[in-house]
Amino acid sequence: MTTVRPPIFDFDDAFFWEGAKNHKLLIQQCGDCEVLRHPPTPICANCGSMNNQATESAGEGSILTWIISQHPTEPDAEPRIVILVQLDEGTRIVSNLIDVAPTHDQVLNDKRVEVCFVDYDGTVLPQFRLAEVQS
Amino acid sequence: MSGKRAVIAGIGHTEFSQNSGRSTMQLAAEASLASIRDAGFSPAEVDGTVTFSMDTNDELALIRSLGVPMLRFCARTRGGGGGASATVQLAAAAVESGQADAVLVYRAFNERSGHRFGQPVQANPDPAWNWASPFSLNTPAKVYSLTFQRYMYEFGLTNEDFGRYTVVARDWASTNPNAQFFERPITLQDHQDSRWIVEPILRKLDCCLESDGGVALLITTAERAADHGSDAVPILGSSAIQLEGGHEMFAYYHDDLCEYPEGRVLGEQLYRQAGITAADIDVAMIYENFSPIVFLQLEAFGFCGRGEASDFIKDGHIGRGGSLPTNTNGGLLGEGYIHGMNNIVEGVRQLRGTSSNQISGAEHVLVSAGRSGIILGR
Repeated sequence: MTTVRPPIFDFDDAFFWEGAKNHKLLIQQCGDCEVLRHPPTPICANCGSMNNQATESAGEGSILTWIISQHPTEPDAEPRIVILVQLDEGTRIVSNLIDVAPTHDQVLNDKRVEVCFVDYDGTVLPQFRLAEVQS
Repeated sequence: MSGKRAVIAGIGHTEFSQNSGRSTMQLAAEASLASIRDAGFSPAEVDGTVTFSMDTNDELALIRSLGVPMLRFCARTRGGGGGASATVQLAAAAVESGQADAVLVYRAFNERSGHRFGQPVQANPDPAWNWASPFSLNTPAKVYSLTFQRYMYEFGLTNEDFGRYTVVARDWASTNPNAQFFERPITLQDHQDSRWIVEPILRKLDCCLESDGGVALLITTAERAADHGSDAVPILGSSAIQLEGGHEMFAYYHDDLCEYPEGRVLGEQLYRQAGITAADIDVAMIYENFSPIVFLQLEAFGFCGRGEASDFIKDGHIGRGGSLPTNTNGGLLGEGYIHGMNNIVEGVRQLRGTSSNQISGAEHVLVSAGRSGIILGR
């Protein structure tokens, strides 16, 4: 079983993890100028607003880069594929690719992915699967 | 050269080892005293310090070992090893502005026998880790590999290409008695036989050599150094670049994952300050926690074009007899990892003409820590 080191909630990112618990991939959005930002920040660098909102991502994007995480000791009891996803909305997020064998003799760069949610012993993480349609 | 110009007047260091057998404070104090004496100063003349924000050796505790009666300037750099050359920038700013007359720069740790940076993080050091460690990005090797993979994919590189850097570094180290890998050169096959850390990106021999040790520099003005008879090396340029969207560890949010934009901007700043170009650099000292970071920096500083570092290294430019001898002490993979500070010592030695691998006629040395850097010159 994969062991997950849980995030340590901060005032600025608690909304994201609450969203994940409810199976929503949230992206912080300025309530005034509507610019999206991730990782979250307390003030919009574009307009200076503190009216911080969030929008639900469609959860679709493509893999920019990836590695297989495997450490001889904790917490990688099993290998996990770590990916950096370029979401279609424009922001990027680090996550994992599941339901794909963790082998390095494959090319995952630029593959289309879609979000799903996995509960790892009480910590719900947004994860990704390969999209059925690879455009 | 103006007499007010900042210089590195003294260098000092302990041995670099896997188990120093003494406190980090002792390492800091030994290196500090050596650098002060090397400059021809007495401890009582030191009135400023700079170290890393990560350094555990308190300034006031240190000066009790040195006999420094008063400090009027204390500063610390941001980040980790990326701030190595920023120590010199801060010290130079202090002596050139008159905030201090003689600034001791120090960094010491037991980074092999004590806390090892390469091990998985046990608690998130700051909120940025929330976007990494829950997903298993919990060691520097993994964190950096996530960008290196795209670089390899984009330019069709394999781990062998990175291995060619390590072979050069180990060759330099093999003739440097201070290096932990003194008299231990390797072949590319040796590199390829070392175990995977992050397959297929990094092998063990792509990783810096976690080390115990201390390094110190004494920085003052040219005229004070001359008064003390120091073998001083002028600081022709110094800068440290932070860009919005960047992060010391998680370089995932700049548009282009295959370049090091902080390094590119840093190079522009340094060349402008020193009034030279990349072609004028005789020796490059380039921070390498992992071998691929050298590739990104060679490109960022304009020594070769985008995606060309692999061929640049393959063609022999950075080794003995090359156009840009690089990391002539063996670097952090070959000499030891004192958070990048030992590369500054080597830069000074190249300009003093006292390196174990002396490049004859060296006039300009770049010492880069990626996002901070200095150009030293004669």
